[in-house]
Amino acid sequence: MAVDQSDIEKLAELARLQISEEAAAETAQSISQVLELVDQLQAADTQNVKPMAHPLDAVQRLRADVVTETDQRESLQAMAPATQDGLYLVPKVIE
Amino acid sequence: MEWETVIGLEIHVQLSTQSKIFSGASTAFGAAPNSQACAVDLAMPGTLPVANEQAFKFAVMFGLAMNADIGKRSVFERKNYFYPDLPKGYQTTQLEEPIVGPGVIEVELASGETKSIRLHHAHLEEDAGKSLHEDYHGMSGIDLNRAGTPLIEIVSEPDMRTAEEAVAYLKKIHSIITYLGISDGDMSQGSMRCDANVSVRLKGEEKLGTRCEIKNINSFKFVEKAINIEAARQIDLIEDGGSVVQETRLFDVDKSETRSMRSKEVANDYRYFPCPDLLPVILDDDYIETIRNTLPELPDAKRDRFVSEHGLSKYDAAVLTTDRPTADFFEAVAKGSGEAKLAANWVMVDLAAYLNKSETTLATCPVNAEQLAGLISRIKDGTISGKIAKQVFEAMTNGEGDADTIIDKHGLKQVSDTGAIEKMVDEVIANNPAQVNNYKNADDKKRPKMLGFFVGQIMKASKGQANPQAVNEILLKKLGEQ
Repeated sequence: MAVDQSDIEKLAELARLQISEEAAAETAQSISQVLELVDQLQAADTQNVKPMAHPLDAVQRLRADVVTETDQRESLQAMAPATQDGLYLVPKVIE
Repeated sequence: MEWETVIGLEIHVQLSTQSKIFSGASTAFGAAPNSQACAVDLAMPGTLPVANEQAFKFAVMFGLAMNADIGKRSVFERKNYFYPDLPKGYQTTQLEEPIVGPGVIEVELASGETKSIRLHHAHLEEDAGKSLHEDYHGMSGIDLNRAGTPLIEIVSEPDMRTAEEAVAYLKKIHSIITYLGISDGDMSQGSMRCDANVSVRLKGEEKLGTRCEIKNINSFKFVEKAINIEAARQIDLIEDGGSVVQETRLFDVDKSETRSMRSKEVANDYRYFPCPDLLPVILDDDYIETIRNTLPELPDAKRDRFVSEHGLSKYDAAVLTTDRPTADFFEAVAKGSGEAKLAANWVMVDLAAYLNKSETTLATCPVNAEQLAGLISRIKDGTISGKIAKQVFEAMTNGEGDADTIIDKHGLKQVSDTGAIEKMVDEVIANNPAQVNNYKNADDKKRPKMLGFFVGQIMKASKGQANPQAVNEILLKKLGEQ
């Protein structure tokens, strides 16, 4: 399976990445090479193999429903570029 | 041409856990902005989620109540999209292996019919934060207190054919989650939110039409309205030679219309993949059975028990069991008074009318179950008539105390003393010779109606306090002697 430049441009848009035309062409080529490896894997018979959810053969541990976090707003907001009235400010989002 | 509407609902329910699904931050409502958004909720680098056991317990309770399969193995996935109230850039949710598998529930319609609605699945996920678009120097404000609040998303099959069925199903889900106590189900505060998938097709057609999804409808009334408006829009469109475009739409309450949310269409490619930060969650049979054994009595079971134990009609029992506070209140009144049918009437008619008029709820109602049971006991033992009881009830709603206090204070005790009633009967007969004459000359068919005149006069003379049965007996006897 190969991807072309337009696939890369669509992915870049979905990932909110700005990418130049040359870079898109170059990336399309290198990703296509990776996908060639994937094509080889696709040849394997996976009829009776369950899709893997996680590479570790382990089970999620669950925690008790207890509030353990205290209000750290002041120190967390000290890192933010813009805040007001306790809110984080971001460029205007309009529906 | 006869059209048929096809509806499926996606219902988001906030679970009543103390802490968030993947962090130890509080989920309490109404806190100062971002005071309950910790490093995990903000997606700070290096943080990792740890899943909250209670969220799983609640989801399993829901699945069992819906007669659904429980996913003994459930897996979290990342749903990728960018929005400022989602700092990670993905929502942690479930797709391929959700916690609750297919199930089915029955809903009752106003016609008395029941309808089966199939559950496709229900999955656990995290809520997003809130964006505030008021003007913050040309920027948007973000409050992440809600980010990470556990949700179950309940996805139905497209089994509903009318807005009424959709509302009945939504109410049933609301009833189940509040009975289970896994959510407060408050739609006005966003604890329960509903998206409706609506399409239309010609009646008899097998193939589904192109659907539109109406987002975030926040009341039962609006669900009905939004569905009807959207179905009418699609029918108009098709009849005018157009075709429906699959898209997400918003319901505008003020304009009574749905409109396209074009911005979301472009990026509708969520690129799900299993979340590497979370391992599969495995629940064993013992865990599930333990939860099954602690499930409270659910609406349907309670309804059937009210029919068999209290002798109520199925309809009355269904009305009384729609929400748990009402069902509990009724049972307390029925037990306290020993008169289940009277208790049902008082709760469904007089109490409901009062709550409706005063815009209060049972939780803040000035009349408690014990007081209402006391009132009914006084009707039962003949201390007051049903008519006077309404007066006593009104005094109760004004906080005047229990039935006995009010009856004493206002002197409302029913007069059963035959001597006193005889005196009143004699007076009424003496004062109305013409009517007495008419009565005597009338035939047996007309007499009962004419008797009403005398009863009315006597009740008036006694200010409604004469025992109606005694009045009837004495009156008949005295008129016979004339």
